[in-house]
Amino acid sequence: MSFKIASSPHHHNQRSTAGLMKLVTLACIPGIALQAVFFGYGVLVQLVLAICTAWLAEAVMLWLRGKSILPRLTDHSALVTAVLLAISIPPYAPWWLVVIGTAFAIIFVKQLYGGLGNNLFNPAMAAYVLLLISFPVQMTQWLPPLPLQAVTLSPLDAVCAVFTQYSCSGFSITQLQQGIDGSTLATPLDTLRTDLAQGLTLTESYSKPVYQSIAGAGWLWVNLAYLAGGLFLVQQKIISWRIPTAVIVSLFLLSALGWLAAADANPSPLFHLFSGATMLAAFFIATDPVSASTTDKGRLYYGALIGALVFVIRTFGGYPDAFAFAVLLANMCVPLIDYYTRPRTYGHKAKGSTK
Amino acid sequence: MSLMKELTLQGLWKNNPGLVQLLGLCPLLGVTNTLTNALGLGVATLLVLLGSNMVVSLVRAHVPNEIRIPIFVMIIASFVTVIQLLMNAYTFGLYQSLGIFLPLIVTNCAIIGRAEAFASKNPLLPSAIDGLMMGLGFLLVLVALGAMREILGQGTLFDGAELLLGDWAKILRIEVFHSDNHFLLAMLPPGAFIGMGLLIALKNSIDQRQARKQAVAKGSITRARVTGAAQ
Repeated sequence: MSFKIASSPHHHNQRSTAGLMKLVTLACIPGIALQAVFFGYGVLVQLVLAICTAWLAEAVMLWLRGKSILPRLTDHSALVTAVLLAISIPPYAPWWLVVIGTAFAIIFVKQLYGGLGNNLFNPAMAAYVLLLISFPVQMTQWLPPLPLQAVTLSPLDAVCAVFTQYSCSGFSITQLQQGIDGSTLATPLDTLRTDLAQGLTLTESYSKPVYQSIAGAGWLWVNLAYLAGGLFLVQQKIISWRIPTAVIVSLFLLSALGWLAAADANPSPLFHLFSGATMLAAFFIATDPVSASTTDKGRLYYGALIGALVFVIRTFGGYPDAFAFAVLLANMCVPLIDYYTRPRTYGHKAKGSTK
Repeated sequence: MSLMKELTLQGLWKNNPGLVQLLGLCPLLGVTNTLTNALGLGVATLLVLLGSNMVVSLVRAHVPNEIRIPIFVMIIASFVTVIQLLMNAYTFGLYQSLGIFLPLIVTNCAIIGRAEAFASKNPLLPSAIDGLMMGLGFLLVLVALGAMREILGQGTLFDGAELLLGDWAKILRIEVFHSDNHFLLAMLPPGAFIGMGLLIALKNSIDQRQARKQAVAKGSITRARVTGAAQ
């Protein structure tokens, strides 16, 4: 018999870190499945590689640091980092890319800063930026989505392609990157950037096959799947609604402004929201509990900052997608944001109130 | 002889300008993207340090205390000019690839630091040995970092060694592994910071291990530590 009379500050929903991380991974699954369908089974190979590397790197680092290995390994935070990195990189990137990235994320960005809870930066995104800066060619070799693929790859082909850069049937990655019409296809965001730089208008660019639906073939569905997974996390109260909402609203507002001002040079807000990594980043990456802001108001600022940075970098920057840079820049601002948005503690007056 | 030993130990390990004093980090991080660059700058710094230490020690009795720093800087600057002109004449390729970092040796705190802290207070011979050993210590760190970054970045060693050592040195070029994709991070300044951090960590861990071994050998009593860093 227990009489629970404690009020909400003592209330605790009994969720462990491990359970939380497991749910985050589960919520990624619809997105991963659609990514595998539209962009090939390579993403699954990358996942396996990333997870193995992450576990190995985490175990070795914990051993070197003299910490107990098993409890920290089974909190599944390394798993989430590995999953987020593996789904962000191109599905048929060479195997060493994801291995280097995951090892860097775990060893340098996470463990050297003191392990889970002490890292300043989001490990997966720091690793993504490392890879993008070091290996720009491999990091942009996305294959055309399924409806436009000239050659369809079997799961076995995917393994061959990741490890040797040739499918088992002998096609090289460069050949695989070509669409049915024989032209090499980049991601919609990338194509758009190139076309705009060449002086084409948006309407001219949109006539290319890579934009089949609102946000480019396949990308809309993948983003919707991540949106669904993210909403599940919000509903389960695993992530706060504030960060994703702020990201999406700020990106929407800014891109709507650009679109209204010059519709021929700026893609529509819907394109911004459902192409590239928008939904994945808004719900899964920006909401990292360690490196994101921790106050309610701060989360709104943090999310809005990411959205704004993404719009600015996508529009004026040199790289196709912008979330990794935006998240890292916002991570740097987090201590400042947290400092200025400290909530009023119960019993203390709000600053500047006369009552 | 024990003075010599002590100065060597200080310069190469205990008080290494690169790893312990953390002086002269700007050239250390800026030009160590290949082994050849690192070696070239390291030798230049070594020669300047040796020369400036000797001259500062020679004139130390005649320098008024109030204006010693400008005088030291003038001495160092003359040596840097000499080295710069020599490299311009004999190793022109390297001179170009080191660029601004060669004249910047003037502002290398490791050099003025040794002039101020050691050479201005000691006779000629110890000052010369100190300059040589400090310079060697700096050179070794540069070379280690340069080798590390070159192997990681392009998979080679001594790429472009002919710029420093003349045409015969082309045979020195070693290809550790072949890669079409250069690991750009290792070549860029962030890679230098990370590599430097790793080197310092390695040195500290060796020191700690040594200290632990000595403590065990002595059978010293371990006490609870009440001040300073917690273990």
